[in-house]
Amino acid sequence: MNAVAQPLTARKRVDVVGFLRYHLLTAYSLLMFVYLLLPIGVVILFSFNNPSGRFNYTWQGFTLKYWQNWNSVPGLWGAMKLSLEIALIASLVATALGTLIALALVRYGFRGRGSTNLLIFLPLSTPEIVLGASLLTLFLNVTFVQLGFWTILIAHVMFCISFAVVTVKARLVGFDRHIEEAAMDLGANEWTTFQKVTLPLIAPAILAALLLCFAISVDDFVVTYLNAGSETTFPLFVWGAARVGAPPQVNVFGTAIFVVAVTAMLGSVLYQRRREVRA
Amino acid sequence: MGLLHRHRGLTPYLLLAPGLIFLLAFFVVPLGFLAYQSLESGNQATLTYSFTWAWSNYGNALRDYKGHFIRSFEYAGIATALALILSYPLAYWIAFRGGRWKNLLLLFIIAPFFVTYLIRTLAWETILSDNGIVVRTLRDIHVLGANGRLLATSTAVVAGITYNYLPFMALPLYVSLEQIDHSLIEAAQDLYASKWKAFLRVTLPLSLPGVVAGTLLTFIPAAGDFINAQLLGSTKQHMIGNVIQSKFLELTDYPAAAAMSFILMAIILVLVFIYARAVGTEKLTG
Repeated sequence: MNAVAQPLTARKRVDVVGFLRYHLLTAYSLLMFVYLLLPIGVVILFSFNNPSGRFNYTWQGFTLKYWQNWNSVPGLWGAMKLSLEIALIASLVATALGTLIALALVRYGFRGRGSTNLLIFLPLSTPEIVLGASLLTLFLNVTFVQLGFWTILIAHVMFCISFAVVTVKARLVGFDRHIEEAAMDLGANEWTTFQKVTLPLIAPAILAALLLCFAISVDDFVVTYLNAGSETTFPLFVWGAARVGAPPQVNVFGTAIFVVAVTAMLGSVLYQRRREVRA
Repeated sequence: MGLLHRHRGLTPYLLLAPGLIFLLAFFVVPLGFLAYQSLESGNQATLTYSFTWAWSNYGNALRDYKGHFIRSFEYAGIATALALILSYPLAYWIAFRGGRWKNLLLLFIIAPFFVTYLIRTLAWETILSDNGIVVRTLRDIHVLGANGRLLATSTAVVAGITYNYLPFMALPLYVSLEQIDHSLIEAAQDLYASKWKAFLRVTLPLSLPGVVAGTLLTFIPAAGDFINAQLLGSTKQHMIGNVIQSKFLELTDYPAAAAMSFILMAIILVLVFIYARAVGTEKLTG
């Protein structure tokens, strides 16, 4: 028995109320997880449903046919491809721009730091509908721009930058500058130091920013809806389909995205844990 | 040496330039266009608008859609409070009892994000539908009348908003609870504070940054939301986001929509600044 555990056990006595409270909290937390995961269960379950009418709302019976015919809804796969394409480009661009801003903010004292911080913070504290609406008025008034792929891409980069800055900044702040100074003392110039020391250290944060931006972009509805013109991303397709009854293939796609995302996250959690165990 | 010094002075601006120019061009400038558009007037059908300092757009928006504005902030406020109450014990449990499973448990909290926003809201539509098990049970135990519904009620919309933004509340709460030095709590208990008192005087105050961050991250997007009202409510539950959206895309009444967007943003900024004053700005911008 170690020293930290000692005072805790001493205080335990035969504390019935404490025992109940301890397990009450656990029971509550488990219930909360059920609540959080319930809609996900419904999405997965109803991808196997065999609805009799247009509306996939009540359970009618098990079928695999919508998984087998996942590509039989016109426009669905195209919408998904567009979403992935935009998310890929937007997350790369936004993370690059955001990482540079984060480096400047943490590493350098300069005039205008406060206003830069404000400019990063403001898009995060503006509701999406206002972000989308203001971009739309820009594109409506600058008449040489057609609403479509490029306007969606610009919108996504715009709202992702702040998330990338915040993510990378968090890592840079808690980071030992002495390692870089040591590299410089050993004769490395600024660029070599950045490449060989700084970049490997902030790489996990850059990866996290990329994943975060990708996830936000793929999932975005509001800003995209206002600036998409006649293009259809996956969330826009779901919105359109919901009005007339979404086909079960939408659930198939939703389930597939969920499985891919969870696998990726689980992989990174396990990888981190293994690294921690080894360290 | 002098050259190096000058070079160093420029470096931060070179790093900032691409990102900040992008934000200026596609965040700040558009807000200017939005302001300009909000003061235009003209013909809605032919889309011929001209700038006339039409301040009446603001007055009309507030007069005609006062109910929508009030409802938006009411729903967002209730949902934020519910999310805080629901997720605080959960975040506490993970931070203090999670042990080596913390990361996995956090994954459960953000799991809803891995299902597209619209799809998970549609899933709630299925769960709360009239023939669903929830409504039938509530009818059987007479909480709802024989024809009582959950869909198309304020309850459903607020519940949807709460669910969709709950992870934004739970994550910052967890981060601030996880950072608390356990020896401080033990010290309080060694000084004869009861468990409950130690929580109130030590744990809770130390977790306030998380409460602040979580409240803002939940409240701001919730106030502008229109998806939950659209899918889980009826026109009686429509929020200001629904109005802005339809004025832009269906009615092409751009000046009115722009004015409403500005009013929404102004109210939110005022609320955020009041809140920031009350708790200290450092916690907001980091």
